[in-house]
Amino acid sequence: MSSKPKPRAAREQLRIVIVGHVDHGKSTLVGRLFHDTGSLPEGKYEAIKAMCERRGMPFEWAFLMDSFQSERDQGITIDTSQIWFKTQKRDYVIIDAPGHREFIKNMITGASSAEAAMLLIDAGHGIQQQSRLHGFLLNLLGIRQVAVVVNKMDLVDYSAHRFAEIRQQYTHYLGGLGVTPDYFIPISARDGDNMVERSTRMDWYQGPTVVEALDSFHPTTRPTDQPLRLPIQDVYKFDDRRIVVGRIESGRLSVGDRLMFSPSNKTARVSSIESWSTPTKPLEAQAGQSVGVMLDEQLFLERGEIASHETDAPIETNVFRGRLFWLGHEALKVGDSYELKLMTRSAPVTVQKIERVFDAEDLSEKAAVDVPRHGVADVILRSRGLLALDEGRDMARSGRFALSDGHNIVAGGVVSMEGYPDQRELVTVKGRNIKRVAHGVAIDARTARNGHMGGVLWFTGLSGAGKSTIAMAVEQALFVRGYQTYVLDGDNVRHGLNSNLGFSPEDRAENIRRIGEVAALFADAGMIAITAFISPYRADRQRAREAAKGAFHEIYVEADVATCESRDPKGLYKKARAGEIAEFTGVSAPYEPPEAAELVVDTNKLSVADSVRKVLDYIERHIALKDPAKSR
Amino acid sequence: MDYLDQLESQSVYVLREAFNRIEKLAMLWSLGKDSNVMIWLARKAFFGHVPFPAMHIDTGKKFPEMYAFRDRYAKEWNLNFIRENCPPIEETDPSLPPAARSAARKTLGLRNAIAKHGFTGIIAGIRRDEEAVRAKERYFSPRGDSGQWDFRDQPPEFWDHFNTDLPPGTHLRVHPLLHWTEVDIWRYTEREKIPCVPLYFAKDGKRYRSLGDADITNPFNSTATTIPEIIAELEATRTPERAGRAMDRETEDAFERLRADGYM
Repeated sequence: MSSKPKPRAAREQLRIVIVGHVDHGKSTLVGRLFHDTGSLPEGKYEAIKAMCERRGMPFEWAFLMDSFQSERDQGITIDTSQIWFKTQKRDYVIIDAPGHREFIKNMITGASSAEAAMLLIDAGHGIQQQSRLHGFLLNLLGIRQVAVVVNKMDLVDYSAHRFAEIRQQYTHYLGGLGVTPDYFIPISARDGDNMVERSTRMDWYQGPTVVEALDSFHPTTRPTDQPLRLPIQDVYKFDDRRIVVGRIESGRLSVGDRLMFSPSNKTARVSSIESWSTPTKPLEAQAGQSVGVMLDEQLFLERGEIASHETDAPIETNVFRGRLFWLGHEALKVGDSYELKLMTRSAPVTVQKIERVFDAEDLSEKAAVDVPRHGVADVILRSRGLLALDEGRDMARSGRFALSDGHNIVAGGVVSMEGYPDQRELVTVKGRNIKRVAHGVAIDARTARNGHMGGVLWFTGLSGAGKSTIAMAVEQALFVRGYQTYVLDGDNVRHGLNSNLGFSPEDRAENIRRIGEVAALFADAGMIAITAFISPYRADRQRAREAAKGAFHEIYVEADVATCESRDPKGLYKKARAGEIAEFTGVSAPYEPPEAAELVVDTNKLSVADSVRKVLDYIERHIALKDPAKSR
Repeated sequence: MDYLDQLESQSVYVLREAFNRIEKLAMLWSLGKDSNVMIWLARKAFFGHVPFPAMHIDTGKKFPEMYAFRDRYAKEWNLNFIRENCPPIEETDPSLPPAARSAARKTLGLRNAIAKHGFTGIIAGIRRDEEAVRAKERYFSPRGDSGQWDFRDQPPEFWDHFNTDLPPGTHLRVHPLLHWTEVDIWRYTEREKIPCVPLYFAKDGKRYRSLGDADITNPFNSTATTIPEIIAELEATRTPERAGRAMDRETEDAFERLRADGYM
C-alpha cells in the first residue's frame, strides 16, 4: 500500500471548526491531532515546552493555538485561530474557536467559514451551557456536518454507560434544533485514544476514529444548481468599458442571458464576461466566481441590486422575519433601527416585533420585550424600501444577513418569509403606453351634488374584531342620511372580482391590492367606500392609501386575539386551531396593526352602537361638507 | 473552479469590497512574493488597473535585487507608486529587542505615511499560516489612531459581512491573502507567471524563503532553482517559513508586540 500523500494539486481542502464549552479539551485535541499525524512545525513542540517551563507549569497543548501572550498567561482562548494540517486523504484548515462565553463573537467568526464542525463535550461534566449554545449556533451558521466528540473518557473509566448517557441527552437536544450529528466518538485527547489510533481501552466502541470521521466529511458543494444570484458589488469604468462586478453566490450565467435586477426590476442582456490575463474571454461563470459583466443596455445600477434570471428571481419585500443571534452590548428592542447587510445591500431596518426569544438552555421559547446580548430570537424587521432576498432555508447565501449598529456588527441571522407575501407581483407594472383619460365631470361637481366628499373608509383588524358588523351599520346610517355609500366586504368580493385568488400570502396581498384600487375608483366617483378586510400587511394598506390619494381613512377596529376568538362568528378560529386553515391571521400568520390610523375603534371596550357612533362622528368631521342641512 | 480559482475569487471579493467601502486606500508593496501576488490579484479585480497607490515603506536596507525589481515593475505594471522612508532606529521603542526594533522602524514609517496621505485603508498581504499571531487576524481589521491593533476586541465577521464602517481617526487594514498558504502563493505565482525577486531561487546552495531587511533576514540551505522545486521543497519541510526572520523569536511576545503596535 502506498502511504505517500497525494501531490497537492490533486488534493482537496476542508475547513473544520472545533467548538465546545471552555475547558472541555479543544486545544488538547488539536495538539494531539497535529502531533499524532506528524503535522507539527519543526521546533514548535520545543517552543511550547519552553513556554510552559517558563511559567512553571506542565506541558500544555493549548499553547499551539493560543498565540497571544494574554491567552497563555490567563489560560483562556480569546480569539479564533487557524492552523493547517494534512491526513493521508487531504488537507485541513483547523479552526479553533474560543469556548468562553465572553468571546462568542470570535467563536462565530471562526465557525462561519467552516464546512464541518467537531463539537467537544467533557465526559465528566457532560453537556454544559456552551455545548448547547454552540450546537444552536452551528445550525444557524449553516454547518450541517457535525461530529460530537466526548472527551476525557479516561476520567470516567472509559465507561460505555456514561458515553451512552451523554449521547442520548445531546442527541435529544440537537434533534430539537433539527441537527443530526454524523458521529459520536468517545476519546481521550490527552492520551490519543480514538484520535488517529483506535483505542484498546474502549473495545465497546465500533465507530470511526476522529481522523476517520474527518476524512468522511465532504467539502461544501458550491450551489451551482440553484437559481442565479449575483449581488452587485460595484460598477467600474476605468476605461471605455462599463463593468458590473460581483461574486456569483448561486447558480450560473452565460453570455446572452437576460438578467433581471432586483429590487429595481430592470433587465438587460449579458453582452460579455470580462476578465484580465486569461487566454480567452469566458462565455459562462458559476457560483463562487467573482466576475465582471458587460450589459447590452446602459442601465443605471447601484451596489446592492441582485442580478438573477427573470424566472426564479428573488423575493421582494419590505418586511421579513429573521432568526438572529444578538451580539450587541445593548439589548435589541422593538422600535430600534439598525443597518441591514444583505449580500452587498445596506439598508436601514426597524425592529417591528420580537416574536420569541429562545432559551438556549432548554430551547424553550418565551415572549420578551428585548433580546439580551448572546440571545437568540425571531424578530420582524421592516425596511422603508423593497429588499430582494430569499428564504434562508432554501438559499443559504441570499437568505442570511447581518445587522450593524454604529460602527459594529451586532447580529447575524437567517431570513424566514413564512406568512409574508412576495411583493414583487404587486409592484410590477406589466402594461405600458397607458394614458389616463380626463373625466367630463369635475370632482367638485360630484362633491357639491352629494353633499360630501368621496372617501375610502378602510377598516382593518383581526377576524372577529367587528369590522363587518360596524361597516354594515355605518353604511345603513349614512344611507338614511342621504350619503352615497357602499360596503366592499371580503366574502362578497371573493365571489366575483377576486374569485381566482386563494389564501396564500401572495394571493391575500393581491386581493387587497385590487380592493384598494376598486375603493379608490368609488371615492373618485364621489362615493364613500367602506371596506371590511383583515388586510394584515402594512405594505398592502399603504398601497391602498396611495391608490386613493388624499381620500383614504384607515380605521383600526381593534380587539385582541382572545376576544376575537371568544366571538368567532364564522367558527374560523376553531378551524384554525384544529389546523384546518393554514396561514390564519392572528393564529398562524402575522397581523401588522396600523402605526398611525386616522381612527381607532377599540371593540374590546366599546359596544357596537358606540363604535358606529364613533365612526359616524369621524365622517361628519372629515368627509361631510359643512352644510347644516346634512347634519343631524 | 479549482482550488487556486477559489482562493483568487475570495481575494478579488475582498479587494473589491475594500475599493468600494474605503475612501482613501493604498496597497503595501514589500516587493516580496506575497505582495506581488496581491498586486496581480488587484489587476484581476480591476481588469488590468490598480486603482490606488502601491506604497513601499522603505527601510533603505533591502537587498539590491529587490530595489531593481521594484523600479522595473512599478513601471511595467503601470503602478501609482509611492515610496516612503522609515525614520531612524533612535525613534523606535528602546525596550524592544534589537531585531524587533529594526522592524519597528517600518511601523513608524507606515504610521507617518498614513498620516501624510490621509489613508483610511491599507491593504496588506499577510497570511494566517505565516505566523501564529497573524492567524488571529480579520479580513478587515480596524486600527487605532496611531495604528494600534486591539486584538482583545476584534469585530465579528459573520460569513462575508465585514465591518467597514469606522470612527474618524482610525483606519482599516485589509488582508486579501489571509486564507492563502505559502505553497498556494508559489502555485499561483507559477500558474499566472508572476515575476518575483531572484533571491527566492537557490544560488550557491542557499536561498531566501522570506525577504525582509538584508541585515535581519537569513538564507537557508536549498537546491531549489525553479518554482516546482520550491513547491516540492515546501511540501517536504516542517521548518516554519519565517525561521530566517530573527525578530519573530527574540522574546516570547516580540512579534505580538510589534503587531499590536501596528506592524504589518
